[in-house]
Amino acid sequence: MADQEQFSDLAMEYMSALYTAALRMTRNPADAEDLVQETYLKAYRAFGSFETGTNLKAWLYRILTNTYINTYRAKKRRPEIADVEDVEDLYLYHHLAGDPSAGLGRSAEDEALDHFTDTDVKAAIESLPDTFRIAVLLADVEGFSYKEIAEITDVPIGTVMSRIHRGRKALQKALVDVGRARGLVGASDESR
Amino acid sequence: MGHEGDGVAGPAPDRVAPEPPAGFVSCDQTIERLYYYLDGELTEQRRIEISRHLDLCGPCVGAYGFEQELRKLVANRCQDHVPDALRDRVARALSEESAAAAD
Repeated sequence: MADQEQFSDLAMEYMSALYTAALRMTRNPADAEDLVQETYLKAYRAFGSFETGTNLKAWLYRILTNTYINTYRAKKRRPEIADVEDVEDLYLYHHLAGDPSAGLGRSAEDEALDHFTDTDVKAAIESLPDTFRIAVLLADVEGFSYKEIAEITDVPIGTVMSRIHRGRKALQKALVDVGRARGLVGASDESR
Repeated sequence: MGHEGDGVAGPAPDRVAPEPPAGFVSCDQTIERLYYYLDGELTEQRRIEISRHLDLCGPCVGAYGFEQELRKLVANRCQDHVPDALRDRVARALSEESAAAAD
């Protein structure tokens, strides 16, 4: 049992992380602010059921994610798919590689990453379908473990792993597309 | 994808699949498990195998280093500043809520 009076002291420090996630989910500041406020209100009301000593951050993310899915997400009749069949492992790495025969690949690809701006990365994440976007956000932006993500999103760990895997591939594909539009990546595979 | 045979520390911890003896893993196997390795979600034995492979394999270390950089990029390029107005709004909403509950 947790005491409501302690709520603000404990929960406020996560606002910046929650707001960032809310922005990526809703893709607009007005909805993100509403979503964060709603999350805090629901969490405050339910704080009595929070077990002290367990993961408060994950608990808040669970409320945020459920609220987003139930309130803001457009109702979809069919399950979402991330079309990543043609995206092989290390997709972005291979696309950023210059002349493969040059043989001094490593730092060149790492340096190419520096050219991606905040706007590029945010746009790439926001282009992913909801389910995959949420999985990638929780894993790669927030650093939650598979088990924590399974608890936050209420799906089995195997499903979490599959969503993260496909979501990351879709993200790499989106980054290649963004990079191509900005001239950071060669125009097409055929040209190399 | 991950299942017990991949040595992924996943579900069903009570059922331990028999692991092959620790040995060399190929580049393909390393790349396939790279994300689980980066996520810290491999079993100890698999983690050691990948780590040994990376110690010896230049191309795989290149890919590993890149994926690590990419992970940092995604986390670092995705931070947003909370507007002061939102902090105020939430604080106000919570104190109204607590005042209403006290009535």
